[in-house]
Order: sequence, then structure tokens, then C-alpha cells
Amino acid sequence: MRRSSTNICEISFPALSENESFARMAVSAFVMPGNPTLEELSDIKTAISEAVTNAILHGYNQDGIGKVHMRFEREEDSFTFMVWDEGVGIENVEQAMEPLYTSRPELERSGMGFSFMEAFMDSLAVESEPGKGTKVTMTKSLGTNADASVCDE
Amino acid sequence: MKTERFEVYGGTMVIHLGEDLDHHNAVYIREMADGYVDKYPIDRIIFDFSGVEFMDSSGIGVVMGRYKQMSYVGGAVYVYGIGKNVDRIFQMSGLYKLVKQWNQAEVE
Repeated sequence: MRRSSTNICEISFPALSENESFARMAVSAFVMPGNPTLEELSDIKTAISEAVTNAILHGYNQDGIGKVHMRFEREEDSFTFMVWDEGVGIENVEQAMEPLYTSRPELERSGMGFSFMEAFMDSLAVESEPGKGTKVTMTKSLGTNADASVCDE
Repeated sequence: MKTERFEVYGGTMVIHLGEDLDHHNAVYIREMADGYVDKYPIDRIIFDFSGVEFMDSSGIGVVMGRYKQMSYVGGAVYVYGIGKNVDRIFQMSGLYKLVKQWNQAEVE
């Protein structure tokens, strides 16, 4: 069987909170052929979960109609993950990215979403325009961490 | 898939968490927990994390929210059964400063 180390996947789904677990399963399935360690897999799932939750909750206020888009790319051990929406957008990206900042304290949001994306991925870029939407681009290279318990093939 | 379970014994509520502690489940847990806190004189909440395989920042909100409620009534929040993935989230967010480890022998 030919094994390709280059791959692209695009998925869109409506802004429903049950799709948060779907997004994590989808990204796990995409990353698995790259043999991530358990920790790398957990990092990626958490970061995607944060980005998708932001799109569903803040971008669309869980309207169940707006579409959340994900695009995953693999080039050998380097992965790029994009999550974007055409929702309300963010007025002040810098403020939104501050640890503990949340626009929805009444919903018990911890304000740690962007901090976790930053901590768990190699890079994070956020583009947003009020009324147009928000796009998050994250990269991660596998195998950069020496101590590793490799997931089963 | 493991789902959430709630138990109330006097002033103690035990929340057995499910497999995922994300935003979707956080909303449900918050509503259920608030319902019990309104109904019973609860001043101790114990989170059972032994079944949790995934937790993101939404889970932090759930624990912090319960911590605030218990603080108002002079109570406390305890946790047990925390695995490796959840431990990292607790460490990074400083949640361990707000909660105590549940150790039956010490408390009873």
C-alpha cells in the first residue's frame, strides 16, 4: 500500500455544540497516520476544540445555522490546522487573546481558549473582522518532543 | 460512552463527570449542578474525574463556577481521579489552587 505523507482535508458543519466532539474526532483521524505521541494528539485535540468552541459560541452564538469550517493540511510531519467562521468577528483581537479575558463571563467561560491554542501548538495566528468572521491558523510539527509514548499505529 | 452522574448526600454533592468535559457538556453539568445547589443546602462539591478523557478550557469554567458558589457559603470543592491530560489543564490554569484533593480518610 502506498503511504502518502501529504494530505488535505476540509470539513464544514453547523454551529451546534455537539459538533465540538465531532471536530476532535475528525482532527484525530487526520493526524493519526503521522503517528503522534499521546501528548501531541491531546495537544491538537484541545487546540481544535478551543477554536471550534469559539466559532460556535462566540462567532455564531450557537445558532445552529452558521457554518464552521476546518481545513487540515499535512506535509510530512508538519501540520497546519485552520478553523474559521463567517460570524460576528472580534472587535479587538489583542484583548480577546489575553489570558482570562472573556466576552461571556455569564456563561462561565474561563477566557483561556486562545492561551491553550498558543500553548499546545507551535504557532497561532488570528485574523478577524467585525461582521465578517474569524479565522484561526495553527501549526504543529510532530516528533519535536523527545520523551514520547507513541500511539498505536 | 460514559455520561455525567450526580449524587447528593446531605450537604455534599458528588459529580461523576463523563468522558468529555467540553463546552457542550459543560452547559449541561452547570444546569444540573445549579439545580441541586438551589434545592439542597450543599456546601461541599466533589468532582470525580476518573472517567474523564478529554477536558478543555470550558471545563475550567465549570470548576471555577462551582468554586465561586461554594465560597459564598463557606464551603469547598474537591477533586479526585485526575488523569494525565486533565492534570496538564489543571496545572496550566492554576485550578489546583482553588480545589482540594478528595481523600476520604482525611475528611471523614
